[in-house]
Amino acid sequence: MPQILLNGETHEIAAPLSVTALLERLGLDTRRVAVERNLVVVRRAHYDTEIVSEGDEVEIVNFVGGG
Amino acid sequence: MDPLVIAGRSFQSRLIVGTGKYPSNPVMVQAHEASGAEMITVAVRRVNISDRSRESLLDYIDTSRYTLLPNTAGCYTADEAVRTARLAREAGLSHWVKLEVIGDEKTLFPDNEALLDATRVLVKEGFVVLPYTTDDPVVCRKLEDAGAAAVMPLGAPIGSGLGIQNTNNIRIIREFSHVPVIVDAGVGTASDASLAMELGADAVLMNTAIAGAQDPVSMAEAMNLAVRAGRLAYLAGRIARKMYATASSPIEGVVGR
Repeated sequence: MPQILLNGETHEIAAPLSVTALLERLGLDTRRVAVERNLVVVRRAHYDTEIVSEGDEVEIVNFVGGG
Repeated sequence: MDPLVIAGRSFQSRLIVGTGKYPSNPVMVQAHEASGAEMITVAVRRVNISDRSRESLLDYIDTSRYTLLPNTAGCYTADEAVRTARLAREAGLSHWVKLEVIGDEKTLFPDNEALLDATRVLVKEGFVVLPYTTDDPVVCRKLEDAGAAAVMPLGAPIGSGLGIQNTNNIRIIREFSHVPVIVDAGVGTASDASLAMELGADAVLMNTAIAGAQDPVSMAEAMNLAVRAGRLAYLAGRIARKMYATASSPIEGVVGR
């Protein structure tokens, strides 16, 4: 099973998939998160076409309380 | 009151408030309301993948009413801060950022060298950069030269509640700057916020002073009033300090004399 590093932890994916598919699988609202793949921010407009595959480092962030 | 203008954008309120450390989200909503603030800071963190049951902060912020100001809190290098700012822009669809690059864990004082580097990178990318910095007029001038839309000198360490430690520096920074000066961090109570404004600060940014108060909603209202009072007093022009008394009632015509 291909593995990616998701928010610093290994995560198994069945096959390469789009950012949209990954977020859907994780149950995340695409409008409230931002995604970085291999240190580069993925623009929302590219979520359908940007493919996450074996060995990728993915960061998914959202807003939390802060000053 | 005269509006606060940052990067061409006008705000009626000169108080910017945070979203951290409130006892609950409903209390935070009420405090935001009482503060009169129009700009609200948020932090950027990894989504908890294993526990998605937690509520989203954005459920409690009416983004049609408040401008979100994402921060890069917790970043210790220019690279981390730049990455975080880019992510924040994508998450919030806004190119405003409160830029923090921390240089020391205990004091949370900024690493001004890295802050300048990150400011230059982000300004080039079209960000409106509001850097959190020390109360150093020279660093503030360099940040302005690097394209910062405002400078945000600390009044005292983040969350310390010590009040404005170096009033003279804040005054000098105001005199030197051609961009808004926002006192960010260190406020403990309403008089601290008033003092910052009386010194000439264009705005005050605070989180803990409100969120950590026993009654955050009342403290938010106090800060709202304090910032307005301080601004009015600054614009009104205070009287000179004198060593001795000057009578405010006529000295002539006193009964029996």
